[in-house]
Amino acid sequence: MQVATGKSILNGIAIGPLRIYKKAETQTSQLSALTPEEEFARFDAARVKAQEQLAGLYDKALDEVGEDNAAIFEIHQMMLEDEDYLDAVKGIIETQNATAEYAVTTTGENFSATFAAMEDEYMRARAADVKDISRRVVNVLTGQEDADMLAGQPAILVADDLTPSETVQLDKSKLLGFITRHGSSNSHTAILARTMNIPALVGVDFDDSWDGKLAVIDGYNSCVYIEPAQELLSAMEEKRKGDLKQEALLQTLKKKPNVTLDGKEIKVYANIGNAGDVGLVLQNDAQGIGLFRSEFIYLDSQDYPTEDQQFLLYKRVVETMAGKKVIIRTLDIGADKQADYFELDKEENPALGYRAIRICLTRKEIFKTQLRAILRASAFGTVSVMFPMIISVREVRDAKELLEECRAELQERGVAMGKVEIGIMVETPAAVLLADELAEEVEFFSLGTNDLTQYTLAIDRQNPKLDNFYDSHHPAVLRMIKHTIEAGHRHGCWVGICGELGADQTLTETFLRYGVDELSVSPAAVLPLRKLIRSLDLSKEPEA
Amino acid sequence: MKQFTYTITDPSGIHARPAGLLVKAAKALDSTITIAKEDGKSAPATKLMAIMGLVIKQGMTVTVSAEGGDEDASIAAMEQFFKENL
Repeated sequence: MQVATGKSILNGIAIGPLRIYKKAETQTSQLSALTPEEEFARFDAARVKAQEQLAGLYDKALDEVGEDNAAIFEIHQMMLEDEDYLDAVKGIIETQNATAEYAVTTTGENFSATFAAMEDEYMRARAADVKDISRRVVNVLTGQEDADMLAGQPAILVADDLTPSETVQLDKSKLLGFITRHGSSNSHTAILARTMNIPALVGVDFDDSWDGKLAVIDGYNSCVYIEPAQELLSAMEEKRKGDLKQEALLQTLKKKPNVTLDGKEIKVYANIGNAGDVGLVLQNDAQGIGLFRSEFIYLDSQDYPTEDQQFLLYKRVVETMAGKKVIIRTLDIGADKQADYFELDKEENPALGYRAIRICLTRKEIFKTQLRAILRASAFGTVSVMFPMIISVREVRDAKELLEECRAELQERGVAMGKVEIGIMVETPAAVLLADELAEEVEFFSLGTNDLTQYTLAIDRQNPKLDNFYDSHHPAVLRMIKHTIEAGHRHGCWVGICGELGADQTLTETFLRYGVDELSVSPAAVLPLRKLIRSLDLSKEPEA
Repeated sequence: MKQFTYTITDPSGIHARPAGLLVKAAKALDSTITIAKEDGKSAPATKLMAIMGLVIKQGMTVTVSAEGGDEDASIAAMEQFFKENL
């Protein structure tokens, strides 16, 4: 057995034979035997044909990955109408008496080099698009159909690189997964793979001897096993079966609203603890990210993460969510979550100690670094920010003031930003009792039921001796939740639940009757919860 | 020649998709439409890759001008397009 590692695009398992795909080298002669007019007419016909193909791909992508992700193929069509591009092709045909194939290839390379040299990251990534469309035109010219990359057999595709159009064109019923040598987990191709639910690894250094061998992509551990041992293979098959069960549920519920039988609709979002979980969020069709626990960035780091480091990470998540809401909870460190470089003192009572917003409002530069990174990421999608461990109106005002300061600083730097919705975690009894006042300051509440339960009942859940006293459905906690939802609504706030109780199916009906607007749960819990919501009827009297 | 200035409010700036829409809109007009940035770089609004190459971001101010044809109608159409899309 051989093991190779790469970057995982999706938490999933693929098992099957490997098939190494090599792009056909198109040999094109430079000198044309035809007149420049004839060559240009050949080019023009091929260009129109390529545009038709792209229109078809757009429709296919629209169906498979949605409008936001399909838009790239519309842009590809328009690029083939670009005057400068057309002029360049024409110029090469005329001045060098070149073939259309040569002129298109050269033009594609030249334009792609221009984009690749740009400072802007987004525009740099367009270099691949120009190459992709040029290659398509050349293929039409040479009469070369895009080879069936999988040769009609189910396989894990192995290639140096895959363009977005190649990815969409692949026969999904035969594509078990793919492995590429190049490409980032951030590329269009990666995003498409994620949306189409295909296990994939990028950045894998493969060799040609793998062709035809049985392999397992383990997306959870970012590695591929070639000719795996029987025991491992069985374990992976089991894991895959579990995934398939989830997938079957997904298929019946995908794109369906979270609506009760009597028509009450609520949002079901997902909680994530690191950027890699975004694949799971899309896979499970959550409508947004209700809790992005940003502290993992700090916990995984040896020193304070910089603004740029954080920005790139947030941006990746926000872009991948393609316009769906991403609620970033600001740094919630302290208590049980410690990072050495913060040099926090040992405390008698860490749960009641120096943590979360209390650190942020006293170590303002750390906080502002994070806020700037979040604001910058807001230019790339729909971002909300949420402050944890709030107990007073003053804290919210202070945090908002710092956010405004950061916005002004970024404006000064000429940085793009979007609108950012502001909310707080309601996880202390103080915040519950002040919910009316707090609701005047923010646009949403998210109930953190784990801490709220602990602080309300004065019970440490880690202590097994207290099990007899502990009741996760304690009426005091439920009343706190009800009060918070009602107070929020009185002042125009929407109210969600992102703690463990949000996924507690025995309480879903109760929360819906309270009027909750959103439940944020682990990605795997999204679809089971959707199923339940769709079976509830709130117009009927609740069962006693 | 008629012209107006506009500050981009779209968070993504003029990225690929709005650039595509802009090109479509500009091609429908009978005037020559030019987009100029404050740093002096400019491009015809009918050229997709050139517009993308300007890398116009949120907060940047651009000057849009119309020359030839029915300049009044063209500039009004462009003004409306920018307000609605950018």
